[in-house]
Amino acid sequence: MTEQEIYSGLRGKFGEKVLEFMEEGTLNPTAVIKADSVAEICLFLKNNESLQFDSLMNLAAHDPDGESELSVIYHLYSTNLNHYFTLKTHVSRENGVVESVANIYRTADWHEREAYDLFGIKFNDHPDLKRILLEEDWEGHPLKKDYVTAEFYRGMRIEKVK
Amino acid sequence: MGALNHKFNENILITSLDKLLNWSRSGSEWYFQFGLACCAIEMMSAAAARHDLERFGAMPRSSPRQADVMIVAGTVSLKMATRVKRLYEQMAEPKYVISMGSCANSGGPYWQYGYHVLKGVDQIIPVDIYIPGCPPRPEALLEGLMHLQKKMREEHVLEKKEV
Ligand code: SF4
Repeated sequence: MTEQEIYSGLRGKFGEKVLEFMEEGTLNPTAVIKADSVAEICLFLKNNESLQFDSLMNLAAHDPDGESELSVIYHLYSTNLNHYFTLKTHVSRENGVVESVANIYRTADWHEREAYDLFGIKFNDHPDLKRILLEEDWEGHPLKKDYVTAEFYRGMRIEKVK
Repeated sequence: MGALNHKFNENILITSLDKLLNWSRSGSEWYFQFGLACCAIEMMSAAAARHDLERFGAMPRSSPRQADVMIVAGTVSLKMATRVKRLYEQMAEPKYVISMGSCANSGGPYWQYGYHVLKGVDQIIPVDIYIPGCPPRPEALLEGLMHLQKKMREEHVLEKKEV
């Protein structure tokens, strides 16, 4: 199925929860969906007979400019039917919450922890949402573009004095 | 030993205890086997057949208790830095540290914008030898180990250390 067809199907089934379809200017045609309906849409995409998106290739978070909303991007692939689809959702910069898909795609477990660790995005219903790369007592989420590097971490200087 | 040299049979050797100890120590630089980033690949290559670290008596030990030298090979992230320090503390005296590569020396490519990288392992543990390069070739590591041997030979391990 083409991405356009998949989008139309989603739009027909989920209506307002599917916001728009982006084809121009993106590498992969992308459906933008609401953050609180990610899980049900993914479940549908996975279980529907004619879609069978059984693999989440990647889950990424993105901060475009340090001011506007953060986004979470899902790259889906169907190993049976050999087609791709991309979902995207926007969350607010502070305390953004997205539905977790870790119970649908096991891949998402660590990827969501990474997005939480580096961007501070919370994932509802995640089995074990804690930092994955940085130390538990780290302050802030460094891949956000407005992140300010602290001077010290546990007594170790982070920025070298110039 | 100067005047006494060659005064006895060939099988008898006269030396000072210091020299004997230093000779044996410098001939068995057992290094602590752990790598932190790409530099560790060069360290492995140095230990493998082509460069063969073992001909210097340097062999990897997996426990800090058995190691004489800690080769910090790679990027020391702040998370790892606390572990590196603890492992160093677990090594038995006399102990040495070789800082291998730009990352361990100074933060290397993470000098700027490296929010999670320690800018030089010498901020947390004393370093004896610095090896420049990104990554240093195995030959450079060998030279570093030889410099360390030189340093060991000039020491007096039996003397009490001034604190
Ligand atoms: S100095 Fe270069 S080669 Fe060595 S760990 Fe750093 S980036 Fe990698």
